[in-house]
Amino acid sequence: MVAGSATGRPAGDANDEPEGTQAMSEVEVLEAVKPESSPATRGGPNLSATTAPRARVVARDVHVYYGETHALKGIDLDIHKNEVVSFIGPSGCGKSTFLRCINRMNDVIEGCRVTGEITLDGQDIYARELDVVQLRARVGMVFQKPNPFPKSIYDNVAYGPRIHGLAGSKDVLDGIVEGSLKRAGLWNEVKDRLKEPGTGLSGGQQQRLCIARAIAVNPEVILMDEPCSALDPIATARIEELIDELRENFTIVIVTHSMQQAARVSQRTAFFHLGNLVEWGETEQIFTMPNDERTQGYITGRFG
Amino acid sequence: MLELVILALVVLGFIGFLTARRRVVAMAAESGVHSHSLPAYHGTFVALWVGLPALLLALAWLLLQDSVIDYLILAGLPEHITAGLDDARRSLVISEIRSIANGQVFGDPRPELVAAAARLKTWGSLAGWAMVATCAALGLLGLLLTRQRVHPDFRARHGVERILDVLMIACAVVAIVTTLGIVASLLFEAFRFFERIPLGEFLFGLNWEPQIAIRADQVAGHGAFGAVPVFLGTLLVAFIAMTFAVPVGLLAAIYLAQYSGPRLRTTVKPLLEILAGIPTVVYGFFAVLTVAPAMRAFGAAIGLDVAPNSALAAGGVMGIMIIPFISSLSDDALNAVPRSLRDGSYAMGATKAETIRQVLLPAALPGIMGGVLLALSRAIGETMIVVMAAGLIAKMTVNPLDSVTTVTVQIVTLLIGDTEFDNPKTLAAFALGLVLFLTTLGLNVIALRIVQKYREKYD
Amino acid sequence: MASRDISETHDWFSDSARLHIKRRHAADRRLRLYGIGAIGLAIGLLAVLLGSLILSGHSAFVQTMVPLEIYVDPDAVEPDNVGGGNYRKLVRDAFQDLMPGEMSRTKQRAYLDMLSSGAPFMLRDRVVSNPSLIGQTVSISVPFADPIDQFHKGITPRDVPEAQRRVSDLQIGYYDQLLERGLISAPFNWTLFTAADSRFPEMAGLAGALVGSFYALLVCFLISFPVGIAAAIYLEEFARKNRWSDLIEVNINNLAAVPSVVFGLLGLAVFIGFFGLPRSAPLVGGMVLSLMTLPTIIIATRAALKAVPPSIREAAFGIGASRHQVVMHHVLPLAMPGILTGTIIGLAQALGETAPLLLIGMNAFITSAPGGLTDPATALPTQIFIWADSPERGFVARTSAAILVLIGFLIIMNAIAIFLRQKLERKW
Repeated sequence: MVAGSATGRPAGDANDEPEGTQAMSEVEVLEAVKPESSPATRGGPNLSATTAPRARVVARDVHVYYGETHALKGIDLDIHKNEVVSFIGPSGCGKSTFLRCINRMNDVIEGCRVTGEITLDGQDIYARELDVVQLRARVGMVFQKPNPFPKSIYDNVAYGPRIHGLAGSKDVLDGIVEGSLKRAGLWNEVKDRLKEPGTGLSGGQQQRLCIARAIAVNPEVILMDEPCSALDPIATARIEELIDELRENFTIVIVTHSMQQAARVSQRTAFFHLGNLVEWGETEQIFTMPNDERTQGYITGRFG
Repeated sequence: MLELVILALVVLGFIGFLTARRRVVAMAAESGVHSHSLPAYHGTFVALWVGLPALLLALAWLLLQDSVIDYLILAGLPEHITAGLDDARRSLVISEIRSIANGQVFGDPRPELVAAAARLKTWGSLAGWAMVATCAALGLLGLLLTRQRVHPDFRARHGVERILDVLMIACAVVAIVTTLGIVASLLFEAFRFFERIPLGEFLFGLNWEPQIAIRADQVAGHGAFGAVPVFLGTLLVAFIAMTFAVPVGLLAAIYLAQYSGPRLRTTVKPLLEILAGIPTVVYGFFAVLTVAPAMRAFGAAIGLDVAPNSALAAGGVMGIMIIPFISSLSDDALNAVPRSLRDGSYAMGATKAETIRQVLLPAALPGIMGGVLLALSRAIGETMIVVMAAGLIAKMTVNPLDSVTTVTVQIVTLLIGDTEFDNPKTLAAFALGLVLFLTTLGLNVIALRIVQKYREKYD
Repeated sequence: MASRDISETHDWFSDSARLHIKRRHAADRRLRLYGIGAIGLAIGLLAVLLGSLILSGHSAFVQTMVPLEIYVDPDAVEPDNVGGGNYRKLVRDAFQDLMPGEMSRTKQRAYLDMLSSGAPFMLRDRVVSNPSLIGQTVSISVPFADPIDQFHKGITPRDVPEAQRRVSDLQIGYYDQLLERGLISAPFNWTLFTAADSRFPEMAGLAGALVGSFYALLVCFLISFPVGIAAAIYLEEFARKNRWSDLIEVNINNLAAVPSVVFGLLGLAVFIGFFGLPRSAPLVGGMVLSLMTLPTIIIATRAALKAVPPSIREAAFGIGASRHQVVMHHVLPLAMPGILTGTIIGLAQALGETAPLLLIGMNAFITSAPGGLTDPATALPTQIFIWADSPERGFVARTSAAILVLIGFLIIMNAIAIFLRQKLERKW
């Protein structure tokens, strides 16, 4: 598996050779490989083991198949606590596919098969005994198009706490809703019309409502799949600010088409191409001196 | 006779087609002008003008011929036979004359009627030949007139296409004409009914005994045409059907849309379609043969008295018939909910059941409601199951174990057998038909509007 | 913010959290089970329906018969009045000969009652069609009366008290003797398909109803197919979107949902009452059915026309074809498989339609197949209704058998439609 995934990939970004071990579902193992993994991505010497926060999500040799199509070809990636990681790359490169592996949204798609290993806080999320319902409470998601439920604003935010049984009383639930809306920066705009349908808000507001909905269950990681692609520039700026604020409490993974956005909001960036993770490292380094020709080509707009 | 007309028109049309085609080719060659339309269009143009008007005339003739002859025969009868007869008696006289003319003589007919029968026979064949002659003449006229127009400059194709346009519009208008025909015939007969029985009596009366009214000198039959128990029975049976079909159909749709794999779906869906394709007379027989006896036996076993044609048996079997209807419309409604909502809920960590209950069902509710209304309209209008499995006696009861009657049952029983268009019993069926038509139309219009609005919302 | 603390301290692996999630999964499984239950119930009921019909109907496909050697006595049948002969006596004598020995009058009556009252008519038909049989001996198998038929098939059990069955102990005795001598057989019941209706179940068949249904469907097809296609072409290819076309569309959609019995009222009031067309005639039945089938055909045709890609139309327009030529030469032929599929499905629905035919009198008791479109006739579903209403036990099995025949036709028609859809319809 390791050999297979390594073929056709330049040695430069191959951070998988040293830790070919597949059985690292324990946090200790992760800690152990961490120092080796970071230097291996040669672009990121600053992210040394000493300063790096503990890895939240660790992916090793992840392959995804849609029927006969080999959509992801051996992805190895660490996502660290309280940082924003952006996935960039041309359309169809697999960045969204990989994002959807982290909360197992690919399970919903018929004929989709995932191999390899992804751990969340050291726990294999594809393990049999893991409850996908619980996983998704811990890994929230915000979609490309705002998709508020056809319910009131309040009920949209209260949806997660209600189904997961996080609020014992109405007061507590009110508190969670208020807190989440405040953190999503939407409270002042909607506090007087919590009973109105969420679908009546503007696009940007809807997307912030979706973010509030996601953070209401206090997930460890929030996945964002091109959250601003359907929004105007002002709403986009508002969401980007929000992402920066949220970093304090959450680990955020964002898929984006816009390299400016990746540069603005993320600390680290991963570049995907044709199902391969070509290169990942500190955002500044990826954008200023990428190691791989393909990254360079994409950054400078030669393809995309 | 119609065969002769058609034969004559085919021959004439063929002649017209050939001559017109030859003529335009010759004229074009002679003058050196290129014909605007292909020669075949000239031929078709002439043939259509030969055939269509004459054929329409023949059909109209056939439809009206009998009524006209009947009228003439009646008018020609001596005073003492027709004097003081109402419409119903008149039609009896006519049918007697007709059967004499057909050679079926029962007993000793009056000589006037025998004479009338002889007249009927001659007039009948006379009218037939007259029709053939008139139609052939009209066809010939069409041939001669349109032949004049054949010329290379004549835009025959446009002519043909215009005729086709008119024909197509006429066909499309058939739908409107049908609706008008339904409304007009129901209104007309119902109006005659309400001339005898007051509308208030019919709509609010609590006693329905239409059979009493046909006995001699009880034409007015007051108190016998109160339709409330009939309406109540209809609603009871429809309600039983819906309480059975809605949960089963909806749960089946939920399972097929959310839980089942593609293989199960492709086996189960056709099976449900079979359920929808079974004729209702079969369901009716199933109710009588299997369900009603089974319910009766079960009722007896637990000490309940179940009527042999209980509302429960009729409604339950009607429910089976409606299940596929509900499930397929609910399935459509659930599948119309955008994927993003479903994904949004799953991404929050909701289970399938939570997603269905809290996101999909509320979102699909309008579509499901529309489907339920359509199904209700179908249950109210369903005839054969209740005719065979429900009762005939109108009772003011909502006990599902008792026997009730419905609007459709009454329509059928009132009209089965010999019907004369002149007594309240027959006309009552049309009054009930009018109520049924308006109710189902209202339900359909509301349901279609809900479904349409719902579709627009997510398209 | 108190709220944040609450969710941050939420321990996903505490006992209470585990219990909560367990409950949620249990609810999920419950809903899933309800769904399986609902589907199982629906399909189970379908199985019960078909099963009970087959169980009750299969026995009608065979008929209990006895072979007779009948001497067609010239004294009983005069050559110049073949139809008026005393065939009843001939048949009874021949049947009597099977049971030699003296019988009392009551015994004799009980014995002779075992034979179908329709048997003399079978002999008469045979002799009328071939008068040279007079004076010869005819070998003919005649049916038993319904009670004996039911008894032979085991539908009437032997061990119930005599008063509760229509076969007397005396008759059972004769039956056993005949059976022992190998005189009772139960071959395939051809009568079911060759005879028209009859008061005697053992003589009743579906031929009249099949012919009636065929005529009615023929009329229905001849009207609804051309009219439906023309209307659909107009609406789909020619009509501008305006109030008229909207009105027509609304009308079509509503007609599709009008209860069938209302169409019967229309047929009764307009076709029979106003235009004076004959009652009980397949012509009127077909006309009413065509009005009901029209919406189905129009909707199917429009869908088929829509499925033809615009590029075909553009290509034809591009070489200077008129709109009519485009439709007639290109669009319509390509849409034909879809149109035919819809038409067959519409006709299959019409074949099973009962209520409107009842109202126009196609439930009459008619003992011969109709000879034309205006002869009184029954149709397959109305025949089922008539038989279902008949008190004789033998009609229960025949009703089920008639239903199986009807369902057989529906399966064939739908199979043709599915075949057309899969083999001929092109995917663009």
